[in-house]
Parts: sequence; structure tokens; C-alpha cells
Amino acid sequence: MIEIKNISKKFGKLEVLKDINLSCKKGECIALIGPNGCGKTTLIKSILGMVLPDKGTIEFNGKSVLGEHLYRENIGYMPQIGRYPDNMTIGQIIEMIKKIRNSNQALDEDLLKAFKLESMFDKQMRTLSGGTTQKVSAVLAFLFNPDVLILDEPTAGLDPLAAEILKEKIIQEKDKGKLIFITSHLLSELDDLITEIIFMQDGTVYFHKKVATLKAETNEDKISKAIASILKNKSVNQNHQESHKVLKAIL
Amino acid sequence: MNRIIKIIWLDILKSRIVFAYTLILAILSWSSFALEDNSAKGILTVLNVILFTVPLVSILFATIYLYNSAEFIELLLSQPIKRGKIWISLFLGLSLSMILAFFVGAGIPLLINSPDSIGLMMLINGCLITVIFTALAFSSAIITRDKAKGIGIAIMTWLFFALLFDGLVLFLLFQFQDYPIENAMVAITALSPIDLARIQILLHLDVSAMMGYTGAIFKDFFGTAVGLIASFVLLSLWAILPFFISLKKFKTKDL
Repeated sequence: MIEIKNISKKFGKLEVLKDINLSCKKGECIALIGPNGCGKTTLIKSILGMVLPDKGTIEFNGKSVLGEHLYRENIGYMPQIGRYPDNMTIGQIIEMIKKIRNSNQALDEDLLKAFKLESMFDKQMRTLSGGTTQKVSAVLAFLFNPDVLILDEPTAGLDPLAAEILKEKIIQEKDKGKLIFITSHLLSELDDLITEIIFMQDGTVYFHKKVATLKAETNEDKISKAIASILKNKSVNQNHQESHKVLKAIL
Repeated sequence: MNRIIKIIWLDILKSRIVFAYTLILAILSWSSFALEDNSAKGILTVLNVILFTVPLVSILFATIYLYNSAEFIELLLSQPIKRGKIWISLFLGLSLSMILAFFVGAGIPLLINSPDSIGLMMLINGCLITVIFTALAFSSAIITRDKAKGIGIAIMTWLFFALLFDGLVLFLLFQFQDYPIENAMVAITALSPIDLARIQILLHLDVSAMMGYTGAIFKDFFGTAVGLIASFVLLSLWAILPFFISLKKFKTKDL
């Protein structure tokens, strides 16, 4: 469904993405993990067309996304830090996005109800807490029943109850056969969600594997332990100190 | 596109700054006409007021608005909307609401007190100046991510066209007064939208008779139909070029 071919991106002198190749299919729930600043958000933003890569192509359903915009109808995006116009209320934001999308599809308002946002419709965005802003982002991402969901640190800032609601919703959507991207640092939280793992490091993909294969290869039943054991093996072969740093960063 | 323009337009009209701007323009225009005994003198006063305040407010308000809507732009970008469309909608929304403010504030007193070709021309020129400086605001806002820098660039742009440019022209005039530079002067005025608008109006007032030989040369060019069209085309270019440069940059910007 999404094909990423030889993507490179530099911000000034800093090489954020180095020749990345990925292929993601329908029905998968993919976790994008890696230490801070390894290029996860940049990769996501390139898929959305917010960051334009220097080299390479990204294909969505077989078509390049460069200069296109209609493909975004099929993507629901939940940013890491949702930033919204300060003086608009929750109701106005949701109303505005509905008007802009102008779709006549049935809307998915499950999360709106589960988060009880309707009672806060006339609150201005600048008065909201970080968690409530995240809830608004989540509602907007799921609202139009997109085929692809891109969730950048979805549960960061949410209270345990809201995080659980969101997790259930994600599982529900996964079962409908949608492609879901999640970036997260909380590996324990991903255990019952994901089917594939992409591990990024310094702007490159270190590995892209199915969770089942990963667990079988390492004889572990938890994702966090499986990854830790992979990185330990790596440290035997390679420079010990560097891998140690990586280990520290993700655990 | 219309939906986004409408959202932006309503958002701007709600702001108190635009309301204050309209009010100040109205007070200045009505009092200028009330204080002078004939409408030509009134028009001259209004002209100077317009050519000073309209560019300043247009460029500053538009620049600040653009920086403040960074979040809004980001939100729209994750939706299925073309990048160019977002930028064009912002431009149209901003210029239309500034034109409306100008029309209500200065346009109505102009049309009532001077219901002739000069009043109409003032109105058109005022609208063009509004659009031009909104476009300049777009190009200064796209240059840098830093709000303070962007506003600084906008103020410098205004300062250059409103004050420094006239100083430079005067300096050149004195340096080269021994040479026949009248035709060159006509060309140089094209480099500043404010001067272009000022000369266009001055030449249609009786005071142009007092401008001597240079005035006659100017009248020879700007007074004719060809000159008039040429200067309107130049003014339109001043609006279109800065905006298109900013549009091109916006399309390849990382957000």
C-alpha cells in the first residue's frame, strides 16, 4: 500500500534520512521505533507530504505522492504535538475540518463519544491541557474512516483510561484491515497491538521484521526483550560502546 | 478553495485590529474632507494619509497573521488540500478583508465627497496598494521561520518604500541635476508602488500644473491612456510577482 524507495533528506548539513526503503501492506499494524532524533517523525511527515525528501519516491497505492494531495483523503494523521489555532474552540475545529473534507461518508465519532469531548465543544484550544489536545488530534485522525492511520506517539500525555480507549480503537481498526503506523517509546504498550516492527537508527532502517519472526529468532515472548536481545547480539559483533548507547536510549 | 477563504475571511473580520484600522481610516478621511473647503484639497490630504497608513497596516497585519496561523497551515497540510491552494486562499482571504476595511473606512467618504474619476482612481489605487503590500508581507513571511525577523523585514520593506525611496530619488535628482534625467525619473518611479500611485493621482489633480518641467514630462507619460494602463499594469505586477515568489517557496517548504 505504501512503498518508500530510496528516500533521503537533509536539514542543512544534518542527514536525517539516509536512503530508506520500506514496503507496507494493508492490514498490518507497524511500530516505528528507535532513539530520539533517528528520523521517525521526518519519515512520517514525508509520507504526508509535509516534508519534501531530497531524493527518492514515496508511492501510495502505486502512485507517487509528490505534488499530489488527494491521497491524503485516505490518511488519518495524529501528530506528536497537535498544534491548533488558539482562538478556535474544539467544536469549531472539528466543524472546520468536516467542511474542508466535505466528504459524504459516514463519520466515525466513536472516539468523540468515548472521550466525552462533546461536553467541551465550546472550550478554546489554548485553554486545553496537553492530554485533551491529544484527544482532539485522535478524534480528527479517526473521524473520516481513513484506510491508513499514522499515529505519532499516540498515547503520550493521555491518562491511562484514555490511552486504553485509544488502544482498543486501534485494535478495532486493525481488525477492519487498515494499515496502521505507530511510533512509540513504550514498547510494553505495543505488545498486543502490532504485527511488524521497523527499527530506525541514525536515519537508516536497522531492521523491518514481523513480530512473530522476531520473537521466534530471539526466543523471547515480549517485544521489549526481543529487541534488547537483538541489540545485545549486535554489540558482540560491533563496537560495544555504540550499541550500549542505543540500548540505553530505547529502554 | 472557497471554504478555506471563507474561514480565513471570517476569522480576520472578527479581529479587533481590522476594526480599529477601518475606524481610523474613516476618521482620517471624513475629517480631511470636512477640514478643507474644496474636495481637491481634501483628496490631497486623504492621498497622503492613505499612502502612509495603508501600506504599513497591510504589510504588518498580514505578516503577523501569517506567523500566527502557522498551526492552522500545519493542520490544513495534513488534510487532502493542495499546498498552493492553502497559500492562495490565505492571500485572497487576507487581501479581501483588508480591501473591505479600506473600502468601508476610506472608500465611502471618497465616493461621497468626490464622486468623479479622481475619487474612483483613488479607490482603485488604494485597493491595489493594499494587495501589493499584502503580497510583500507574504514574501517577507516566507523568508524566515523566526517571527521577529519576519516582522523586521516587513517593517524595513515598508520603511524603504514609504520614506527611503523618496530620499534616494531626491538624492539622485540633486546629483544629476545638470543632466536631462526627466525620462529616467519616469522609469525610476516604477520601482516603488507608492510613488507610482502617488504620481498617478497627483497628475489628475490641478496641482500638477505647479510641478514644472518634470511635471510636464510625467504628464506626457502618465497622463495618456497608454501611460495610465502601463502604470496599472506595473502596480498589478507589484502585487503578482512577490506573491508568486512566495508561492513557489511555500510549495517546496518543509513544515
